[in-house]
Amino acid sequence: MTLDFRAEALIQKHLADARINIELETEGMVLNLGPQHPATHGTLRVVVKLDGERVVSADPVIGYMHRGYEKLTEFRTYPQITTLINRIDWLSSFANEVPFIHGAELLMGVEAPPRAEYIRTILTELSRIATFVLFLGEMALQVGAITPAFYGFRDREHVLNLIEAATGGRFHPNFNRIGGLKVDLPQGWIDETRRVMKKIFDSVDDFEGLVVGNEIFAVRTRGVGVIPAGVGAAYGVSGSNLRASGVDWDLRRDGPEYLVYKDLDWRVWTHSDGDSFARYWVRMQETRESCRMVLQMLDGLPAGPIMAKVPRIIKVPEGEVWVNTENPLGEMGYYLISKGATGPFRTKIRSASFSNVSILPWLLKGVYVPDIITILASLYFILGDIDR
Amino acid sequence: MTLPVPVPLAIDAPWGLIVAIKTLVVLSVIPAGALILGYVFLLKMMSHMQSRLGPMDPGGFHGWFQLIGDGIKFIQKEDIIPAEADRRVFMAAPVVVLISTFLLYIVVPAGPRLVVADLDVGVFYALAVSSLSVIGVLMAGWASANKYALLGALRAAAQLIAYELPLVLAVVGVVIQAGTMSLQGIVHFQQDGSLFGWNGLGFPLILTQFFGFVIFLIAAQAELTQTPFDMPVAESELVAGYMVEYTGFRFLFFFMGEFGTAFAFAGIAATLFLGGWSIPHVHGTLADVLGPIVLFTKVMIVSFLIFWARFTYPRFREDQLQAIAWKYLIPLSLANILATGIFKVVF
Repeated sequence: MTLDFRAEALIQKHLADARINIELETEGMVLNLGPQHPATHGTLRVVVKLDGERVVSADPVIGYMHRGYEKLTEFRTYPQITTLINRIDWLSSFANEVPFIHGAELLMGVEAPPRAEYIRTILTELSRIATFVLFLGEMALQVGAITPAFYGFRDREHVLNLIEAATGGRFHPNFNRIGGLKVDLPQGWIDETRRVMKKIFDSVDDFEGLVVGNEIFAVRTRGVGVIPAGVGAAYGVSGSNLRASGVDWDLRRDGPEYLVYKDLDWRVWTHSDGDSFARYWVRMQETRESCRMVLQMLDGLPAGPIMAKVPRIIKVPEGEVWVNTENPLGEMGYYLISKGATGPFRTKIRSASFSNVSILPWLLKGVYVPDIITILASLYFILGDIDR
Repeated sequence: MTLPVPVPLAIDAPWGLIVAIKTLVVLSVIPAGALILGYVFLLKMMSHMQSRLGPMDPGGFHGWFQLIGDGIKFIQKEDIIPAEADRRVFMAAPVVVLISTFLLYIVVPAGPRLVVADLDVGVFYALAVSSLSVIGVLMAGWASANKYALLGALRAAAQLIAYELPLVLAVVGVVIQAGTMSLQGIVHFQQDGSLFGWNGLGFPLILTQFFGFVIFLIAAQAELTQTPFDMPVAESELVAGYMVEYTGFRFLFFFMGEFGTAFAFAGIAATLFLGGWSIPHVHGTLADVLGPIVLFTKVMIVSFLIFWARFTYPRFREDQLQAIAWKYLIPLSLANILATGIFKVVF
């Protein structure tokens, strides 16, 4: 069979084109970002396929720090479990305890006295401040400025000193008891807290001038890693990350009532852009808002006992409960199933970072290598919170 | 205006001995400059900017011995060469970087007679040899057989080539005004010049070449791969870029190259724009004695500006960095040349 010579010429031309295309096809490079990498603060590994400096696909590999806390809770009593869950999100460990203890209290029908609830709220907000000031410095560090990181650690130090003075633990307070708190606040703590809050206000102003007001920071973060509200919500992104996408949703206000947020005068900050800059800005405003809330609570701190009447050996009656709260990193929830023993029958922990990181493959497609770092930093995850 | 002819150092000694002495002087100035900058700015100024003290114990007084101790430690360390590395290129790369620094020091004058070689094309030579370090950086990145190093090296190459242009163009204004490319000649021009007929301060070229000075500093910042242009070594993403596989004394070479070059660039900036070693109306031997001190003071002032920016700013992304060079700095420096030309013709 003979072909028309024109058709053959056409086929030959296409074949030649195909050969050239195959020749010019450059091989992509696979870059292993982590598990040992300064930007992943811990052991997150992101397998990135690169074309030049542009990301073709990104694949987060998690589980390097899996400690099996959900399983471990089945073999612990309720008071023992707070020790474990301190170590989930280690930057704001006090805030972790709250939803769990709250869930156990709901099952038992115990209510903590108002003073205890107030102190819990104060300490939760303090750990939020401690987490966010570190973020404010850390994010600047990942974008390349060294100095703000030290300011972040300095301010975190002030707040950690407060938490240590109240609870005895800097990182892992283990301070909540079912039905109240371990001890009351030490003397002079309230004045000291007022002073520290003033310092934090000042230093957030510093951050605003040094980082947010910096043109280089703005060009590095504006328009980088934009999460549209719908996509973010579909991936389960929560907390400040979602509020930075314009979703006006805060469990402290919109969720089932917990702690004393209903008594306070505060607002939820949102930003319409959804990019890395918005996430930084929202966290900066929330730091200020938390400081304001702490000051309000210090003024309105009720007197009274800090412990409700609970039996010596805690046995939680049969039942199931789902408690979710607004933690610094996002929505944290505990699903507890009790069969009436001293410990839970099953526990499911919903941690914020796990869902926040799940958006990475979608978010990192097509960005440059430096933007990977910006986006990772702006999502602000804690490895313990991802892997549990 | 006639320029005074620089008098060569009149020592009656065999040629070989003079060369040996000069080499030794430059070889000792590089680590000394690197140490001073590293101690004063990296250890002390940065620490105080960041509300901490920095090293306080080594050496007794404010940790002055810290960097020397670090250097001794680096020399003791095992010399690790990765198995996949291209051994010879890997070993040669830090030396190439250091040679570029070494060559830079040759033309910087510290007094009317204190200069290793006063070349007629001094400015041209200095800018040419400073870009030699790109070769070393590329060699290091390629030979390390490490992806981070490769990315860093390619970024460095792209960046250094882009910023070479504004660096050269910024200097052209100075050369037009002084009418010479010899660094010594430029210093003499600034020493003997006058401001509206008043010659009390000489004529530091920064007064007319302020934009040139700013562009030169920005471009030098990029040449030195310092923040905000430290993409090639970006600590938080490429870990240390092309240096990532280097340990021990080879890393020390890179470190010395980095800070030594910063010192040299500050020296060149001080010479071109701030009058170098010159003190108005001081000539002869007294200028030879005071010159190095004056130059050192100016070098520290310029270095302060460089390091201040380094510790304050975040870094640019690679594409933004290129955009700044090509879209802003180069047109600005061209406009500066044009303005200088008109100025020269009119006045």
